[in-house]
Amino acid sequence: MSELTYLGAAEIAVAIAAGDVSAEEVTRAHLDRIEQVDGMVRAFLHVDTDGALDAARRVDADRAAGRDLGPLAGVPLAMKDVVVTQGLPTTAGSKILEGWIPPYDATITRKIKDAGIVMLGKTNMDEFAMGSSTENSAFHPTHNPWDLDRIPGGSSGGSSAAVSAFEAALGIGTDTGGSIRQPAAVTGIVGHKPTYGGVSRYGLIAFSSSLDQAGPFGRTVLDAALLHEVIGGHDPLDSTSIPQPVPPVAAAARDGARADLTGVRVAVVRELGGEGYQPGVLAAFQEAVSTLRALGATVLEVSCPHFDYALAAYYLIAPSECSSNLARFDGVRYGLRVGDDGVRSLEDVMSLTREAGFGPEVKRRIMIGTYALSSGYYDAYYGQAQKVRTLISRDFAAAFEQADVLVSPSSPFVAFGIGERIDDPMAMYVNDLCTLPASLAGTPAISVPCGLSEGLPVGLQVMAPALADDRCYRVAAALEADHGHPLTEEAPAL
Amino acid sequence: MTEQELDVFAGQLDVILGSVARVGEVAAADIEPTTHAVPLRNVLRPDEVGPCLDRSVVLAQAPAVEDNRFRVPRILDDEQ
Repeated sequence: MSELTYLGAAEIAVAIAAGDVSAEEVTRAHLDRIEQVDGMVRAFLHVDTDGALDAARRVDADRAAGRDLGPLAGVPLAMKDVVVTQGLPTTAGSKILEGWIPPYDATITRKIKDAGIVMLGKTNMDEFAMGSSTENSAFHPTHNPWDLDRIPGGSSGGSSAAVSAFEAALGIGTDTGGSIRQPAAVTGIVGHKPTYGGVSRYGLIAFSSSLDQAGPFGRTVLDAALLHEVIGGHDPLDSTSIPQPVPPVAAAARDGARADLTGVRVAVVRELGGEGYQPGVLAAFQEAVSTLRALGATVLEVSCPHFDYALAAYYLIAPSECSSNLARFDGVRYGLRVGDDGVRSLEDVMSLTREAGFGPEVKRRIMIGTYALSSGYYDAYYGQAQKVRTLISRDFAAAFEQADVLVSPSSPFVAFGIGERIDDPMAMYVNDLCTLPASLAGTPAISVPCGLSEGLPVGLQVMAPALADDRCYRVAAALEADHGHPLTEEAPAL
Repeated sequence: MTEQELDVFAGQLDVILGSVARVGEVAAADIEPTTHAVPLRNVLRPDEVGPCLDRSVVLAQAPAVEDNRFRVPRILDDEQ
């Protein structure tokens, strides 16, 4: 492995700005790494070699011309394929969008380009971001770099695997019920779900609009924070975008790196642990809590009784919203069209297109959502789920009166074997047990590596109140600093 | 959906719906539902002509095009 791929994003940017290395050399090193290992990892659906090199050369030209470079200029990034990219294929992991070339950029794509970040390509994901293992991709599974027989988490498993395998220094994921935090946890990297509305959704292919949120992956807390600052902020093109500045997350990451948490109140959530959690995960979690205490934090326990119902509420709300959002895939204006022989009706063509274009998990969720929204069942299912959502937000509000942050494991399990859970939807859904409450409440949460169990990474989730994303980064950075180095340095060589 | 899928899904959906029905255990009669985590306001922009995608760019991604328009499958019965 080239030493350049071993560097973190912040280090790469400093080296490029100082003229120690060119952005083109950095990009070539990462493209070589992809060439070497992606046949095994399969993180990418599309590698944009020419576009990446062009972007890198522009950074080098800017530097040569004495123009100001941003804090991540020249750093290679892996983009989840649910984010639209002008001129580059965007499939959302689905056959129904195979071959589609978006005519515009998402806001975060534009911000990433403007920052001089080098987009290496588009990464694999569960179809329309529905899943926790990336096995629901219509194209191929992605493999966990720590153990190629295991899943890289999901739905942003391509991005998490790419960053964990040193194919990219940064990644973009999206998180609807845990799709950034759980993949980060099981691949030993850092992933943050920002406050809902903190990062623009313009140009994100929608799954569940009231929950979807894009966020950063990095191998260090600071790297994730720097990327968060690039992609965050108000966007008039997204009506749910919060008109507030990005919380000072990079400063918080630097502050946290001093490994002093004196005065920080950390609460363990009673409901997020115990039965159903692997003992090795709980042991690593307890160890992390002890470390936080040793770093000066005050540790207490809180109860959030309605978190027990988060899974049920989520698997009503998200499918309901998806059943509406995915109606746009009708084979009329873009994407796949099947069976249009001039005789079949529009309705028949639409049915055949969706039968061929959507995979099993997407079909299941559309059916659940349609059922939950149907007259006669609406109040008992969707309406009741929305009330539970209110109660979960109230549990958070009460907990944050006692504590600055809440902590839990990021996932009840370490990475499981490919194929192990794919035939049992409920066994897959429980992957999201820890991450769902913050999704439903729209509050920020980070996953930071907190050790190994059976040689596989475990993540600590740090949750904060809305718009207090910086608290997540500060506590995560302190834990990271105590460990002394990024966990990925302990991964077996590929 | 194929017949084969229907057989698999029927059992799975039964289990999933049975599980999510747990939301009914929560006493929430007086609780306001939450549709969105952040308060939503209607956002208006000035009614001004702005740049938009060129027609040829949009139609380039369409599954079928005729006379500079999307061509759709048959929408009327023969007798209509």
